[in-house]
Amino acid sequence: MGMTIAEKIIARAAKMESVKANDICTVELDYLMSNDGTTHITVDKYNSLKHPRIADVSKLVWIIDHNLPCDSVKTAASHKKMRDFARANGIKFYEGEGVCHQVMMENHVRPGQLIFGADSHTCAYGALGAFGTGVGNTDYLYAMVTGTSWVLVPETLRFNLHGQLPEGVYARDLILTIIGQISASGATYKAMEFGGEGLKTLDMAARMSICNLCVEAGAKTALMEVDEITMDYLKEHGREPAAVFAPDEDAVYSEVYDIDLSSIKPIVAKPHFVDNVCDAKDAAGIHIDEAFLGSCNNGRIEDLRVGAEIIKGRKVNPGVRFLVVPASRAVYEQAMKEGLMEIFMEAGAIVMNPNCSVCWGSCQGVIGEGETLISTGTRNFKGRAGHRESFVYLASAATVTASAIMGEIATADMIK
Amino acid sequence: MGHTMIEKIIAHNVGREVKPGDIVTVNSDYVMLDDIMMPFIVSKFKEMGFKKVWDPGKVVIICDHLVPASQVDDTRAYHISCDFAEEQGIGNLHRSDGICHQLMTEAGYVKPGHVVFGTDSHTTTYGCVGAFSTGIGYTEMAGILGTGQLWVRVPSTIKVNITGKLPENVMSKDIILRIIGDLTAAGATYKALEFTGDTVENMSVASRMTMTNMAIEAGAKCGLFAPDAKTAEYCGIELDEFQASLKGDEDAVYEAVMNYKAEDFVPVMAVPSNVDHVVPISELGDVNVDQVFLGSCTNGRLEDLMAAAEILKGKKIAPYVKMIVTPASRKVYKEALANGTLEILSAAGAIITHPSCGLCCGRTGGILTDGEVVVATNNRNFLGRMGTSKVNIYLASPKSAAASALAGKICSAEI
Amino acid sequence: MEKFTGRVWVMGDDIDTDIIMPTEYLVFKTIGEMKPYAFSPLRPELAAQIQPGDIIVAGKNFGCGSSREQAPEVVKALGIKCVIAKSFARIFFRNAINNGLLLIENADLADDMKEGDEITVTVNEKIEYNGKDYPIVSLPDNLVEIIDAGGLVKAMRKRNGLED
Repeated sequence: MGMTIAEKIIARAAKMESVKANDICTVELDYLMSNDGTTHITVDKYNSLKHPRIADVSKLVWIIDHNLPCDSVKTAASHKKMRDFARANGIKFYEGEGVCHQVMMENHVRPGQLIFGADSHTCAYGALGAFGTGVGNTDYLYAMVTGTSWVLVPETLRFNLHGQLPEGVYARDLILTIIGQISASGATYKAMEFGGEGLKTLDMAARMSICNLCVEAGAKTALMEVDEITMDYLKEHGREPAAVFAPDEDAVYSEVYDIDLSSIKPIVAKPHFVDNVCDAKDAAGIHIDEAFLGSCNNGRIEDLRVGAEIIKGRKVNPGVRFLVVPASRAVYEQAMKEGLMEIFMEAGAIVMNPNCSVCWGSCQGVIGEGETLISTGTRNFKGRAGHRESFVYLASAATVTASAIMGEIATADMIK
Repeated sequence: MGHTMIEKIIAHNVGREVKPGDIVTVNSDYVMLDDIMMPFIVSKFKEMGFKKVWDPGKVVIICDHLVPASQVDDTRAYHISCDFAEEQGIGNLHRSDGICHQLMTEAGYVKPGHVVFGTDSHTTTYGCVGAFSTGIGYTEMAGILGTGQLWVRVPSTIKVNITGKLPENVMSKDIILRIIGDLTAAGATYKALEFTGDTVENMSVASRMTMTNMAIEAGAKCGLFAPDAKTAEYCGIELDEFQASLKGDEDAVYEAVMNYKAEDFVPVMAVPSNVDHVVPISELGDVNVDQVFLGSCTNGRLEDLMAAAEILKGKKIAPYVKMIVTPASRKVYKEALANGTLEILSAAGAIITHPSCGLCCGRTGGILTDGEVVVATNNRNFLGRMGTSKVNIYLASPKSAAASALAGKICSAEI
Repeated sequence: MEKFTGRVWVMGDDIDTDIIMPTEYLVFKTIGEMKPYAFSPLRPELAAQIQPGDIIVAGKNFGCGSSREQAPEVVKALGIKCVIAKSFARIFFRNAINNGLLLIENADLADDMKEGDEITVTVNEKIEYNGKDYPIVSLPDNLVEIIDAGGLVKAMRKRNGLED
């Protein structure tokens, strides 16, 4: 019987010929990523073990990205605990280099790998054909100590992409549309696999944006077929695939969706769920206090280019705080070279250091009582960006930038 | 009898001669209100029964401590600031353009000879262009908003005269730290400091700002530099007769005169936890550094960033050391972007934030924890200022800070 | 002359505004919310121990640092009757007067003072401690006017015809 990409990656990690959905397998992990959201807890638990050991330190990557620069004595203590442990144990450690998932994509992830991340958006790595999935810190600790873990082989939802996105419509609109269609729990425990000739029209940034958000449909992971675009990205970053897997023709899917990219429109997700979507135009006119262009979802150079092109020669609306936060140092430096930071600063934006920023809802850009944020971040749950009585709309880089200019939700074609 | 600079400024403001000890009522040329104090200023203003500010054109509101917000209640101050500006027709509102003390002169408000009050102790900064500026509390600010006036006691003056050429790695920060060390934290309380001599005449306005900014750390009411051609260029003006006359007369009466030879200065740091506890870096021994902060109204200007970049160019800061760079203003950020300074700093591994008070005000921007050591270019190393009371804060010049980031240990630029 | 007796808390030189009221708590809406954190970097337990009518006796440069008026306000809100120091930083001094917090300069008391002891203050005249008198220099007239008015807010309310 044929296998999906997810099944093939798990089979490789389990050193088995084949696996099928709903099998439970013991797997060896290729990477274990953890960030400052929870690593201090992992360290505490590790230190409470009777025989603490790290199975393979070369597989650990620890990244400080959530509260940076540090905003409280509490997080400072967590950071110190994490930093000291990484240093003492020789763990690969990043601080100030960007959002964990972007740092992983730029520096570590290879097609065919199975990666645990102590962060739900680890599913982003599917853009590079790797099985990334989020775990809690207990699962993480077990994997850290043993080098292995168990996984339930997920069923796979197959998405065949056809055609091309219209001008002014982005991957963000596509994935919000899909989540709206299948609901916030539509892919729970499942893998979302993307392929089809339409995939070839999407660059790596778009693919990362799509895979990153699949957890918002409940997915365990997201996976995309590896093609020349993937290979070019790897080459550019000096890496080779671990293994390239395509799904078998007779692979078994629990559901197959055919998506016509040309039918996608600018979308926003309204408070307080990611699947609460509507046409961006239907949300137009809603007053905003803050706009956020950044995050592991849409903080890449391609996103900043989209925003910069829209805001060039214009000003941020005086009633809006427009935060622009590159996803990584590499993105920041590229944006400087291309003159994008100049454009944003000239327009009156607040340009912050690469980090999770208001997507994480603490540390910077936090919104207050009754305030409304439009964001390229990952989530719009109640209270996610600050005060429990605040409102978050999710949208593409283009819609967020247009809204920052207008002071209310607007699509780029609505700018006067 | 001759007059000191501060006597001349106050006399011009009140229209009669004054002497130290006189209590006079002055008119404000500008007032500076910062976001963190705005909720209190506005509530006192209303409580006092005022409806309209005396002159909206002379009021400048600057959001710099709490933007971008790090805690959920921070935006309250932001909205109170914006709403008050709108209600009162105050056009001089800066929502995210940088630190108040940088903007007051940079954005063209304060000019030589002005009398300016601000709700922040480092308001002394504007003495860099020869203005009398000083910090006040929010109740007094509320009073000025209603009346345009405030009483002041004319201060006596300590003249600080510096002559000669500074050694290569000594910056104006090293000078002012040494002076504060010599004066002690209370040594200039109620007094004006007047900086003179060819060393300061040869300094940029930016370097002078570092010194006036920190005058308060010796307790001073204000710090003053005589306006000159550089001041005029910086302010985009030609000095009028009054402004050109703003220097201490030869027969002015000074409470004390401190004479320094520029050649005698060495790179120093203020060590935990007093600004007046100043020690030459060469005597500090082996101290590991966890974090370096380059920024603030003291040392977040273009020349400061460039001085650090010169040291860091083509190099990487030490592993596990964080270097946080927070430019003083949007203009500084843009200039540092345009001339490649930010690129150098980023390539060296620095974390570059949006212009704001950042770590200096101790609410975000790189808070530290027990046992950590930070070398910082700002103005205060008080207990608990940047995190717990067990954080060790060393105040230093941008060059010494950059050198320490590179080495991962406290050091000055020559090592 | 007003005369009162109170228990004394002793502090050293250069008690700065970040010690009196750390920045972290400045965004609280009310002074009441800030009260428990007064002096916390130096003596975290102190705010809870201070009783109304207590007196602080300190060294030189009390209140140095920031212009934050929350510092004298919070000291007053804790019930501190007056602060006696060798000297005060100027912004703190003005802020205290404007809020009706009594400040007294005295060069010698701090060196003699033992924490927990009681002293008696006769305003504008003297401090009595351990059988010894410590003189008080009286305030300039313009400050007495503000204090007499009940602080700057009240003075302005009078000016604006809101109070007699």
